[in-house]
Amino acid sequence: MRQLITFIRKEFLHVFRDRKSLLMLFGLPIAQIVLFGFALSNEIKNSRIAIVDYSKDATTTRLISKIAASDYFDFQRSLAGADQLQAAFKKGDIKMAVIFPANFGDDLMHTGKATMQVIADASDPNQATTITNYLSQIVTDYNAELAKDAGQPMQINPETQMMYNPELRGAPNFVPGVMALVLMLVCTMMTSVAIVKEKELGTMEILLVSPFKPVYIIIAKLAPNLLISVLNLFIILLLSWLFLDLPVKGSLLLLVTCSILFILTSLSIGLLLSINAQTQQAAMMGSLMGMMLPTMLLTGFLFPIENMPLALQILSNLVPSRWYFIIVKRVMLKGLGITAIWREMLILTSMCVLLFTISLRKFKIRLQ
Amino acid sequence: MRTLIFLLEKEFRQILRNRQILSTLLIAPLIQLILLPLAADYSVKNISLAVVDNDHSPFSQRLINKITASGHFRLTGYAPSYPEALKMVEQDKADIALQIPIHFERDLVRENNKQLYVAINAIEGTKANLGGAYLASIIRNYNDDIRLRWQSTTPSTSPQIEAVSTNWYNPLLNFKLYMVPAILVVLVTVMAALQSALNIVHEKESGTIEQINVTPIKKHIFILGKMIPFLALGIILFTLGLVVGWIFYGIVPIGSLLVLYASLIVYLFAMLGLGLLLATYSATQQQSMSLAFFFINIFNMMSGVFTAVDSMPGWAQAIVSTFPPSHFIKIMRMVVLKGSSFSDITWPLTAMALIGLFLNTWAVLNYRKTS
Amino acid sequence: MPPVISTNQLTKRFGQFVAANALTFEVDKGEIFGFLGANGAGKTTAMRMLCGLSTPSDGKATVAGFDVYTQTEKIKQNIGYMSQKFSLYDDLTVTENIRFYAGIYGMNTKAIKTKTNELLQELQLEKEAKTLVKALPLGWKQKLAFSVAIVHDPDIVFLDEPTGGVDPVTRRQFWDLIYAASDKGVTVFVTTHYMDEAEYCNRVSIMVDGVIAALDSPANLKHQFSVANMEDVFYELARNAKRKAD
Repeated sequence: MRQLITFIRKEFLHVFRDRKSLLMLFGLPIAQIVLFGFALSNEIKNSRIAIVDYSKDATTTRLISKIAASDYFDFQRSLAGADQLQAAFKKGDIKMAVIFPANFGDDLMHTGKATMQVIADASDPNQATTITNYLSQIVTDYNAELAKDAGQPMQINPETQMMYNPELRGAPNFVPGVMALVLMLVCTMMTSVAIVKEKELGTMEILLVSPFKPVYIIIAKLAPNLLISVLNLFIILLLSWLFLDLPVKGSLLLLVTCSILFILTSLSIGLLLSINAQTQQAAMMGSLMGMMLPTMLLTGFLFPIENMPLALQILSNLVPSRWYFIIVKRVMLKGLGITAIWREMLILTSMCVLLFTISLRKFKIRLQ
Repeated sequence: MRTLIFLLEKEFRQILRNRQILSTLLIAPLIQLILLPLAADYSVKNISLAVVDNDHSPFSQRLINKITASGHFRLTGYAPSYPEALKMVEQDKADIALQIPIHFERDLVRENNKQLYVAINAIEGTKANLGGAYLASIIRNYNDDIRLRWQSTTPSTSPQIEAVSTNWYNPLLNFKLYMVPAILVVLVTVMAALQSALNIVHEKESGTIEQINVTPIKKHIFILGKMIPFLALGIILFTLGLVVGWIFYGIVPIGSLLVLYASLIVYLFAMLGLGLLLATYSATQQQSMSLAFFFINIFNMMSGVFTAVDSMPGWAQAIVSTFPPSHFIKIMRMVVLKGSSFSDITWPLTAMALIGLFLNTWAVLNYRKTS
Repeated sequence: MPPVISTNQLTKRFGQFVAANALTFEVDKGEIFGFLGANGAGKTTAMRMLCGLSTPSDGKATVAGFDVYTQTEKIKQNIGYMSQKFSLYDDLTVTENIRFYAGIYGMNTKAIKTKTNELLQELQLEKEAKTLVKALPLGWKQKLAFSVAIVHDPDIVFLDEPTGGVDPVTRRQFWDLIYAASDKGVTVFVTTHYMDEAEYCNRVSIMVDGVIAALDSPANLKHQFSVANMEDVFYELARNAKRKAD
């Protein structure tokens, strides 16, 4: 036991003496999460829109002012003619164009109907659909105003309540998501590098020749990273509460316990990666290149998992951050307890145990 | 100049010999490019709905049928009361809870106005937005149907504006068309920044860099000697990526390949400059990797790959404009989907070039053969 | 004949710590000049200044007639260097390493070919021409590194602790290479902490605590301190230093 403590102390010294790395290990995850918490959201706002108004009457003017007043649109300019639209779209200056044909207002008054054309740049289909919807809503509201003046038909009023995130901020989705992503990637990379570095330097052989049990070597290697990650977690939670208005609604103890579980799982993945890598370069590239994008996409905070093809849905079950993401949302944002997350906890635990056992066995085999 | 050729010969030999690195740099990204765009799908389908039907009339049933028939929603179940439906949302068993109050039809006709209650799990913005929007639009349609049936004898005389919408450049609303080019950029970015940062630091750590510093190789030749192989790798990966995009997703760039490759080279130039700069500040591979990871992650999340830059607060947009990937992603999408040409992409292209010049100059100045 | 290396009060400070203190000495063409001292005495620092890897804090020095402050690139064209880590590329073959270094020193293709064959023959590495350097035993790596350091026939070659970690026989073979180079007129500036290697040098300087404590031929030094070998010379000097500290 005493041997283990000595070893762990040495590992801590390694890590904490490297000031630059330390700064990065703490500063970077934190900076990212705060940045993303403020900057990222799935909302579509400020879409640049251009209007071609061949009619220029009271109706069009009113409609245009409604559009310009909307948060969703950023009224760019009025184009003189529709021929300028292609150029504007190609330049990326606008995302949507609205064309009012000549005599729009007159047609509306005299025939009771007028048609306006809405063109969306569907390069981003999601944005196109959303802002088309927004525009339709503006037109519908305007129509309802017109209808009100003419007499009131039966009106269904849906009253919508946005739960857990009434302002539709990005932070409630992205902070847990990025937490899961960053913790997993950083833990994996740091661990794989730490072990391979020892291999490269040749000091690993010294350790292996000593009476140290391999499992102790592994525990000692994982220990500093575990501590740093837990500290990072606390700082992130604190900053989220202070700056992003995201307090931990549920039990902090539960959240931290699950986080430690998740961190250990990630560390085990790093361990597994380090066994096959010969150089630090290979370890880093392997973990970054091989894990970054899959983790981002399969954790479920960028795209809903239920939308994905079945094969990828199954694959996402293997990604530990996916389960952690669910746990964080339920405990931190919804304030739920262990009854709501015991399944996810169980999955994470089994992953952790499995990965650790496999790595340990492979590690021992390497010695033979 | 001859020195450069010898340098390049050595670099290429080393890269080609390194099986592990080659497979990480080329094979892994391509596999991801094939599989991962399948995951990128914002379309609104399978939004789970919990319904509290207090009306129990054919009226309410018709509304529910209309909602499920749209294909966007999936009826998870009926809850006996609104609080119970909310609980289902809480437990992630439903995304939306809908309550149809008792005497819905009767009150609507009598009082000309009736509430419906909707609660949406708004943690994930897109689902909430789009789900809410689709539900609202279905309810609107339903409302129109009702009016039509009840007022069939007295046609509505209020003037109505109709908005006809068309989708340009991606009429089939194929989200892959939008995501694949961006994901390719992400992969190329990771490869480029990582490679250049790690390589120089590796030489620092193993001592071969000292050997180079003692030779008459000029600084800028040495740096060129590092950059050109990575440039080549980046171009190869990009080309393979375009081929993959064509074979697996049927994506053929509408714009000119010349524009694409010219932008690619400017982009790689900027990213490699970043990698070199990070290398000059790092003593160990661990440090250079931490720095590289930091930048790569920020680029990936904020450059408009997954979320719109336009929606960010002004200060964030200003920061993003210094990111080369944000410009290249914009260029990629514009050229591939809309056929934009050089004159259309002047601003992002120039921005990238300036940033690249800045980073590379800083890197060269920072790199000292003599300490 | 002007000295190939000439220093006057050459000093290097790192903050408060004076690594090399007012070094003054000259090295003649064709000399084998040993730069001895314990670990940390300042040998590597001094050498790095002379190679143009490190800017001195004070003092003057010229190498191959060029100033170490203002003409480092010219110096680099005229010197060879072998570092402590024998910076050969592990993932390149013997031939490829020779070709690379010869090339960056400006040798043309014909000359490179001729030189490569020469070297392979001299070092008896013909069979290993296409072997990756990482597969070579340590002793061979060292010899190869040395040959690569002088592939471009420089005036001076700097060797920083070139014989670490090999047996005495291999070390002796290495020094045969040094003699051969010296016979051809190459000046050899070698740092080492193996005192027995000092015997092989024409002249030797011993650094203690950043200062040159002694500078002369091995024979003269042994006579001066009345001892039988260079190790004892060193002990004498080191003891003196300790006493001064008291």
